[in-house]
Formats: sequence, structure tokens, C-alpha cells
Amino acid sequence: MKVLVGLGTCGIAAGAERTYQALVDRRASNGSSFTLAKTGCIGMCYREPIIEFRHPDGRRYQYGNVTPDKLDRLFSEHVEGGRPVGEWLLWSDDGTGSEQAYYAQQTRIVLRNCGIIDPESIEDYLAVGGYQALGQVLEQNKPDDLIAAIIQSGLRGRGGAGFSTGMKWRFTRMAKGDHKYVICNADEGDPGAFMDRSVLESDPHSVLEGMAIAAFAIGAQAGYIYCRAEYPKAIERLTRAIQQAEVAGWLGQDIGKRGFSFSIRLKEGAGAFVCGEETALIASIEGKRGMPRVRPPFPAVKGLWGCPTCINNVETLANIPWIVQKGAAAFAALGTKGSKGTKVFAMAGKIQRGGLVEVPMGISIRQIVFGVCGGIKEGRKLKAVQMGGPSGGCIPSELQDTVIDYESITKTGAIMGSGGLVVMDDTTCMVDVARFFLDFTQRESCGKCTFCRVGTKRMLEILTRACEGKSREGDIERLEELAVRVKNNSLCGLGQTAPNPVLTTLKYFRSEYEAHVNNRKCPAHKCGPLLTYTITDACVGCLLCIKACSVGAITGERKRKHVLDQSKCNRCGQCYKACNVSGAISVD
Amino acid sequence: MEAHRQFDFRNQHYVGQEGRLIPLLQKAQETDGYLTRDRILEIHRETGIPLSNIYGVATFYAQFRMTPVGKNLIRVCHGTACHVAGAKDIGEAIEETLQISNGQTTADRLFTLETVSCIGCCSLAPVIMINHDTYGNLSERQVKKVIKQVQAAGAAGKPGQA
Repeated sequence: MKVLVGLGTCGIAAGAERTYQALVDRRASNGSSFTLAKTGCIGMCYREPIIEFRHPDGRRYQYGNVTPDKLDRLFSEHVEGGRPVGEWLLWSDDGTGSEQAYYAQQTRIVLRNCGIIDPESIEDYLAVGGYQALGQVLEQNKPDDLIAAIIQSGLRGRGGAGFSTGMKWRFTRMAKGDHKYVICNADEGDPGAFMDRSVLESDPHSVLEGMAIAAFAIGAQAGYIYCRAEYPKAIERLTRAIQQAEVAGWLGQDIGKRGFSFSIRLKEGAGAFVCGEETALIASIEGKRGMPRVRPPFPAVKGLWGCPTCINNVETLANIPWIVQKGAAAFAALGTKGSKGTKVFAMAGKIQRGGLVEVPMGISIRQIVFGVCGGIKEGRKLKAVQMGGPSGGCIPSELQDTVIDYESITKTGAIMGSGGLVVMDDTTCMVDVARFFLDFTQRESCGKCTFCRVGTKRMLEILTRACEGKSREGDIERLEELAVRVKNNSLCGLGQTAPNPVLTTLKYFRSEYEAHVNNRKCPAHKCGPLLTYTITDACVGCLLCIKACSVGAITGERKRKHVLDQSKCNRCGQCYKACNVSGAISVD
Repeated sequence: MEAHRQFDFRNQHYVGQEGRLIPLLQKAQETDGYLTRDRILEIHRETGIPLSNIYGVATFYAQFRMTPVGKNLIRVCHGTACHVAGAKDIGEAIEETLQISNGQTTADRLFTLETVSCIGCCSLAPVIMINHDTYGNLSERQVKKVIKQVQAAGAAGKPGQA
């Protein structure tokens, strides 16, 4: 019997390390004979900590919310008694478990090894066919055929822009230069996106293998991984994986005795969102301020230290070994006309099952939200999904039948983006969401071009006024005009996409803007300064709100209905929070 | 200061490499806790990189700080999921408990409060990190409790679930 514990960042945050330690102690003290192993992200973040019992005959059982106190029962019933504990069982390959629906509609290519292998062991990766794809391309020694196959597969960049990966490789291969570089962009900066982190933490070797294959295709000898410093676990596991691959001869000099040499260095980002943009990323690796420059020349021609450079995202690279092994046709068989393969989404927000899902392209947003992820929390109504983070937009519930495909998503005004999908219910204020994203892009603007530097700041000011009830006449029109100008005139992707959250919410939720600006009301009851609190007849006179009020706006005696003086009220909402009687204080 | 002596960047393997400045600053901050004036001057003297460049890089990236931090670094996540789940209230509850605002350090040097964009634990929102420990699914009341616990311990926060 093998016991696996999911030790990704989410799992650890939920206490998986304590469960792991309890298992270590159990094995030491009871003399229980089981093999204990670590694994990466199993995907069901909403049920962490998760452990898996893997029987010698291959049967698998995953249990959720396994705190150390649950181990006694799991071991006595499942391990000794042979009876799986139904109430805690999430998933088993025999078809039982409460979360079967979560897996049933997923197709796992990028996440093929996540939650299956130990990310700290190269032996585990080799045992599932790791580095065979690299061996295969080195043996065939036909880089042009390899590039043609990647083009044929239809793989497009998963970082957001969706450029053909094979074409990018071809351009870099054709560019003249003695030195060429492969860079893995692991600077996953979108708030709400954590797919790349999970892949790096759970299956780092697949990314290294993808990079080595890319390097062989374009003729590079050196590569960099540019990873966010905010991901310490990913950095730790990547460092270990690089060392292991060097020792095993899959990185370094004369790989596989085929005369191909390739080494990888890890660079830690220092906290700048704009460094996800490729020219800014290159500047950062060169030790400068991470500011983008005008393209062309594109990095494929003139990149790192002036040399031809191919920059691919983590998820893109993790697809590569699979495509090489299974063939371009197998990959192209999945998805829509223009978007092939699968896409990993980080599901978060007001969703029942938040976590990582990998679905084939062409599935609808409705299927992901309601089919795979079980719908909205507390049975509330879906209002919108936010895709693409600060560069993306909000897709309203009326458009939930939109399919996942680069072109269809772009048509709505959002972008596919890197894969953060934040679900919003009817308690979310869309003006507040737009303000949140603008606050982010405004802070992260590098300041090089005027439209982005000044434009985002002015847009944020308008949105902040709207949320604080200080709007001026014509604010909506002013906001719209600024948004279009910033979008059309900014230098890099950050500025060009920063207005998207504003433009999409204006397009689909204009009435909310009008309520904020013209009527000083927040329909979702989220923007504090726009709310009016009233004490109703349901008040039992308990004095709690009087104590909570810091400005003395509420008066009254015990067991008598209290009175709120609107002229003194500073709308802080403390009375509403303190009140224990439902309906005694109404908000409008 | 002993830590200061431990940092001998001539032994750092970054020296001589192109693009070494950021790793050097990261190492310096790791050693000293923040970028001291002396250290920046030292890096300038040893590498020949103009001071203006060093200052430019150090102020560009969010990771680098020029002032010392408290014993415990509290990072309040303000990612999208956390924002929707009420990160603002969590941040305000901490500010109220510690009587400091974002970016400040308490008078007893026990806590520094920082707002970060996304920790990447979106399904546990709202989330905060105290040093290397992550606390998820917080309410205002719970976060106050967590802070009080760390305060009482007077030392680095022990892992605990809120």
C-alpha cells in the first residue's frame, strides 16, 4: 500500500504538512507497513488536505479534508478492514466518491502527472515515460520536422496572447546568431491565476523536458526559467529538478550522447507584473529595470543580450513532451477549429469546487462552472466570470454558453489569458471589480509610456469617485474615452489590455455604472459610502448597534426600537455587522 | 552586525555574470533584511555598476525595500479571489488590531504589514501569510485571533489554522 499526500502550496496552506507528519509518526510507531510519498497538486483545492491510498494492484482512493485526527478511522476501516470510508471519499477509479463529476469532464495533458508522481523524484518522472520524448527527438535528429509537427498540432501560447508555438520556434530557428536562448516564462503575475505554480510544483521535469526539446528545435544551448519570487515552493522544486536532470544526463553536455548540449538557469523575479511581458522579462534577466521596448524586432530575432530568443509559457512547454510522444494529430483532435488541445483553469471566487481543472478547448463556460465545478456557492446566482485577470474582462451570465476558444473569448471583450477564472455572484459589484483591476494595473504600470502611466491613473480616479459617491457629471463618458485611448496607444500588452475590465463591465453592466454615478447607489450593496442604513420595526432594542457605532449616530433604550440619525451616520456599516436580528437594519 | 559580515559577495557565484545585479540585491536583502545604504555602496564599489542604476533597479521592483522590517512579516493577499471574498475587511481588521497601516512596522518592531497582489492560494480566499505560514478562509474575528496569538508568542508565528 502506498499513501500519497498532496503537498502543493494550497495543500500546505490547508495543513497537509501536519497530515504528512502524522503519517510519518504513525509509520514509525505502529509498525504499519506502507510506503509514504509526497505528490503535487491533486487539483481539488477546496478539499485539501487530500491523501490517496494506492493499492498494490493499482486501485486508487482519494480522501479529502484529511486532518491528522481522521487517520485512525481511515487506517482501521480502509487499510485493515478493506472498506473504503464512503463519507470522506472524493474519488476512486472504481467509480465511487463524491467528486466523480469533477474529474469526469476533464482531459489531463498538462496536469497528466500532477498528483500522480512525486515532484521531487526524477525516478518517478522517468517511470511515467519522462524524458522519452526528448530522447526520441534527439534520436530522430530532425529539428525541422519537429517544428512542423508542433505547428501541425495547433498548439498556441498559453500565456495569454495565443501565438502559434511552432511558428515562434520556426522564427527563432531561422534567425541568424551563434547563441540562442530558450526562456520559460514562469512569472505568473495575474491575480487569480495559479496554474503555472501548480505545474512547477507538481511536475517540474515536464517543463524542463519541454524546454530541452524547444532548445533542440531552435538550436539553443542555454535556457532560463524566470519564476516569481512569490513561489518559493516552485523555486525549491525546480532547483532540485534541474540538479537531478543534470546528474541523470538529461541536461548539460552531450545529452543522450547525441552531441546536443543544453543548460538551464533559474532566475527569480523581484515582483513586477510587467515582467510577464516578454521584452520586459528580458530586460529583467539582463539585470535592468523591467521595462518593455517597442517590437519589432521581436525576441525571436533580437532577444536576450541581442540574441535570438524563444519565450514560452510554463503550460505551453508542459504540453510539448505529450505532443512529441502521442503525435500532433492526437493533440489536434481535441478542441475547436482554431484552438487545439486543452486549457488549464484556476477556478476561484464564489464557486463550489475551486481548484485546478483542465478541460478540452471548445467546452462552454457553463459546463465548466456548473458541470465540472458544481455551480455557485450557497446556491446564489451567477453574475459573471472574470477571465484573463487584469488584462481580461468580465463575461456576463447571459454569455455563459460561450465556448473556450481564443477567438470566441476575444469576441466577448475578455481574453483567454493565462487561465484565471474568477466566478462572481450577485453580491459582487462590477464597478468595484473594475476599480480593483485598475488599481492593480495602475500600480504595476512601469511608467515608460504616457497613455498607460497617466491614463490608468485618471481612470482609477474616476472609478474611485464612483465607488465613493463623489462622481462628477460626464464621468462615464470620460472613462470610456480614456479606456479606448489607453487601449489603442499604449506601448506594451499591459497598457493595451488594462482597460479591458472597464470596457467589458461598461458593455455588459452599464446600468450599475449609471446607478453609481447618477444615483449614488450600489445595487450590489458593496460600496460602503453609497449605502444607506435604516433601522426597521424588527429591531428588538438590544443596544448592540449603539455600542458598535463610533460616531454616536444611533440612540435608543433597551427593548425600544433604536433610531439612526442619517445626518450623523458615516456609513461604516459597523451597526449592520453587529446586529444579530435578521432584517432589523436594512441596507439600500 | 554579524549578518553583515556573512555577506561577502566576492564569493557569490553571480559575480562576473551578466545580469548579476538583481540576484546580488536579492542576496543582500536576504542577509540584511533590507537594502542598507552601506551595502548598496559596497555593491557599487565592487561591481562598478553606477549607483544610479542600482538605485533605479532597487526602486523598480516591489520585492526590494529600503527600510527595516519587523520580526513578523504579514502579507495580506489582495488577489481577485481574495478581493471578492472580502480582503479589504481583513486588511482593515489587522490595521485596527496593530494600529499601523499598509507598509508600516509596529513600534515594538514585531510586525510589518504588507499588501500583496496574489499569493496563489485563491481557493482558500481570503488569505494572509505570516512569514512562511499561510492562513486561509479567514473572517475578521479569526484574523484578529491569529494576530493576537502571534503577538502573545512574541516570536515567529507557529503554524496554526485559523
